[in-house]
Amino acid sequence: MLSELPLLSLVVWFPILGGVAVLFVGDENPGRAKALALTVTILSLLISIPLYSSFDPTTAAMQFQEFIPWIPALNANYHLGVDGFSMPLILLTAFMTLLVVIAGWEVVQYRIAQYMAAFLIMEGLMIGVFAALDAILFYVFFEAMLIPMFLIIGIWGGPRRVYATLKFFLYTFLGSVFMLIALIYMYNQAGSFEILDFHKLPLSLTEQVLIFFAFMLGFAVKVPMWPVHTWLPDAHVEAPTGGSVILAAITLKIGGYGFLRFALPITPDAAGMLDWLVITMSLVAVVYIGLVALIQQDMKKLIAYSSIAHMGFVTLGFFIVFGIYRHTGSLSGAVMGIEGGMVQMVSHGFISGALFLCVGVLYDRMHSRQIKDYGGVVNTMPVFAAFMVLFGMANAGLPGTSGFIGEFLVILSSFKASFWIAFLAATTLILGAAYTLWLVKRVIFGDIGNSHVAELKDVNTREIIMLSLLAAAVLLLGLWPDPLTSVMHASVDNLVQHVTVSKL
Amino acid sequence: MNFVAPDFVPVLPELFVLALACLVLVVDVFLEQRQRHITYGLAQLTLLGAALLTLLTYAQAPVTTMFGHYVKDAMGDLLKLFVYLSTAIGFLYSRDYLRQRDLFKGEYYVLGLFGVLGMMVMVSAHSLLSVYLGLELLSLSLYALVATDRDSPVSSEAAMKYFVLGSLASGMLLYGISMIYGATGGVDLQMVADAVSRQGSDNLVLVFGLVFLMVGLSFKLGAVPFHMWLPDVYQGAPTSVTLYIGSAPKLAAFALIMRVLVDGLGSLQGDWQQMLIILAALSMALGNLVAIVQTNIKRMLAYSTISHVGFLLLGILAGTPEGYAAAMFYAIVYVLMAVGAFGLIIMLSRTGFEAENIDDFKGLNDRNPWLAFLMMVVMMSMAGIPFMAGFYAKWVVLQAVVDVGLVWLAILGVVFSVIGAFYYLRVVKCLYFDKPEQSAPIELSRDTEIVISANGLLLVVLGLYPTALMSWCATALLS
Repeated sequence: MLSELPLLSLVVWFPILGGVAVLFVGDENPGRAKALALTVTILSLLISIPLYSSFDPTTAAMQFQEFIPWIPALNANYHLGVDGFSMPLILLTAFMTLLVVIAGWEVVQYRIAQYMAAFLIMEGLMIGVFAALDAILFYVFFEAMLIPMFLIIGIWGGPRRVYATLKFFLYTFLGSVFMLIALIYMYNQAGSFEILDFHKLPLSLTEQVLIFFAFMLGFAVKVPMWPVHTWLPDAHVEAPTGGSVILAAITLKIGGYGFLRFALPITPDAAGMLDWLVITMSLVAVVYIGLVALIQQDMKKLIAYSSIAHMGFVTLGFFIVFGIYRHTGSLSGAVMGIEGGMVQMVSHGFISGALFLCVGVLYDRMHSRQIKDYGGVVNTMPVFAAFMVLFGMANAGLPGTSGFIGEFLVILSSFKASFWIAFLAATTLILGAAYTLWLVKRVIFGDIGNSHVAELKDVNTREIIMLSLLAAAVLLLGLWPDPLTSVMHASVDNLVQHVTVSKL
Repeated sequence: MNFVAPDFVPVLPELFVLALACLVLVVDVFLEQRQRHITYGLAQLTLLGAALLTLLTYAQAPVTTMFGHYVKDAMGDLLKLFVYLSTAIGFLYSRDYLRQRDLFKGEYYVLGLFGVLGMMVMVSAHSLLSVYLGLELLSLSLYALVATDRDSPVSSEAAMKYFVLGSLASGMLLYGISMIYGATGGVDLQMVADAVSRQGSDNLVLVFGLVFLMVGLSFKLGAVPFHMWLPDVYQGAPTSVTLYIGSAPKLAAFALIMRVLVDGLGSLQGDWQQMLIILAALSMALGNLVAIVQTNIKRMLAYSTISHVGFLLLGILAGTPEGYAAAMFYAIVYVLMAVGAFGLIIMLSRTGFEAENIDDFKGLNDRNPWLAFLMMVVMMSMAGIPFMAGFYAKWVVLQAVVDVGLVWLAILGVVFSVIGAFYYLRVVKCLYFDKPEQSAPIELSRDTEIVISANGLLLVVLGLYPTALMSWCATALLS
């Protein structure tokens, strides 16, 4: 019975409709709006669970497919489906949105209904991005996502919010329009907008290179990769806590997901030829951005730069495949790279989200994000300090936390391609530990910095619930990653086999 | 020589509008100012009646009448329906605005209806003479409409500028028509088409005629470099008139190009495609770049119109049936957006206050969240962000040019649409991120509120499911 329900449509549209309903409840009834928003997010999380429980991990084929003709004239269809790449990310989205709603509960005072509605609609659109199997449907969700985020940063953001949100919007928009041209071009060759048809489409090397760059522009901005990362620190710093969480935890993942779904399988030869470029950009992100993070004075900015560095690992893991294949001729190492990247994406979703929530907790009390305004928080907020230390350790990649698994897998697979790539990537273990632990040390430990810190109240039940959920996720994934990796094995194998076969 | 009466049935809607417009003119004379709503009602009734007549006689196959000067086909009927619709919406939006400014006069409606008649003639023209006839009927109505607010020096200046430049353009057009007549020996588009396909593009007179024709058409459309009048007129005219100029005439202009260039001079496609590429590229570039620095929202939307015209031309210059259908879809969606945008500007104005600057939209979310939402929908739609109709319009025209191998033009288009997104976002920024500068409540009559809501939601509905309108456009062009 469960399999007959259009489960994916439900997961996509339920939060969107819920968001509209919250809008109609309106700002006049903040209590009811909040309660409704919470109900909607909990229900969305619940209805997305069957995606995991009924998921067949033995196949790389798309599951839970739905197919309705949408624009027959252009052969664009409402085609949804998930595989081992998208399904975990959908669950992550539903989970993080729930946390965002909890996080905004007492904190957001201005236009709370619109705030909650924006996040609910955002949730539906992001899930739509992951579930879409039609390129135009994907593009529609991908672009539509910009609107709620634009409003979230612009309405509830900090002092420089207008600059930050415009920069965010225009950067991403510029990146993605070229992708639209590439999609239209491929439609002319393939006769449909099915992503899976694009995977099989034979393309000459020149075409592949151009299309690859179009995808690069779109997804590299989203990830974001050095040197198109500059919107991220601005957006993160100015965004409200919830906005930062969603940006870091989900929207960055959409860039990574785009590489897996589009760039690698559609243009494998171009990707193989240009993998040095992406790997270089990833290593620059890991090393240089790691150094940049070290000198940040603003907590949110520091975490933002740390996000860029960690996402460098994701792209490194995805593109190391070609090097391994060339070097060893075997596919098994390549599988590890992509799997590492995927685990890193999910884990970074938890950890960065958690760190932004921690900063949010502090900011709500002190209204400052400057590291120098803190010090000795552990004395007044011991419970909070425990959480923050845990998430800091996870960010530094401590074994036993989820942060370790992804980084370890990627470094291990890099070794098979080249010692030096692995060496540079491994510097993150030092740099990541340095900037994160130094942050924790300056904020949490030491003597009480000033009188404001002395008056701090420890986290309340709401915040404890929110942080414990994340702590549980981080530890669970770190100690027992199998539930995540087992669902994506088949998809990763399939992808690696696909990209190592030339399309020429 | 026997005189044979032409078949009047295909032109029934035109005759109806003509008769009713004259009736409105006469009736209005006998009305007192407080009874002016009767004029308004009659004008709306005219449009409704014309719509019903058009629907009842909706063309399955093309019929020519009036000795080949006139054609009734599905494309014409579809466009006419949207002409009525957008004009009717425009009349409704501007009613209270006109009343507050002592401009609620019969002339507005009479001129408006004659303008509609002109558009209908343009849409259905099947000879170069009826094209010219329709165009002049529309233009003369527009010149007068721009000047309705006689005491406003800005309006008078705009009207004067429009009139002088418009006459120049009409002259160019007429000159082009005469050259084509000289080269082909006919004004009937069918005869022209036959003659042109026989001669090919080697005939220099013909190509010269085409160039003059193109200048005239580009002027009427507002394509760069013949766009100079557009910002001044949009800004100078009373907003209700800007609404009128900015909406339905674009549909008529699209039809005009289809009739003249595609039906008449289709064999010269190689020549006019080159010209349209230049016009389209320049319009997209200049329109979007100059709009960025505007502070007056009417002027900003004028430049945005110029850029939209550039996009619309992309579909036509592709020269494929898909391209024409795409351009038609673009034109219709654009008109729905323009009506909504100017309608919202009108609604923010009230007695003694003219909403003209982008800053007047500041904090609208705090004053009236629903109107702010609608304005955001319109702006995002114009910027071409998905889940709004404007995205599909942009997509299909881009698809049309990529189809014919003009990928560079598509890239140019998307780059400028990103640049264009900036100024639409700036309006959204004012709506949502800024604090209101004025607190006067926004009062809307019930019917205006319903229609503007439907207008905005239509853009979202078309954004979720554009298929119906798209296939309607495609089938209308195929018949």
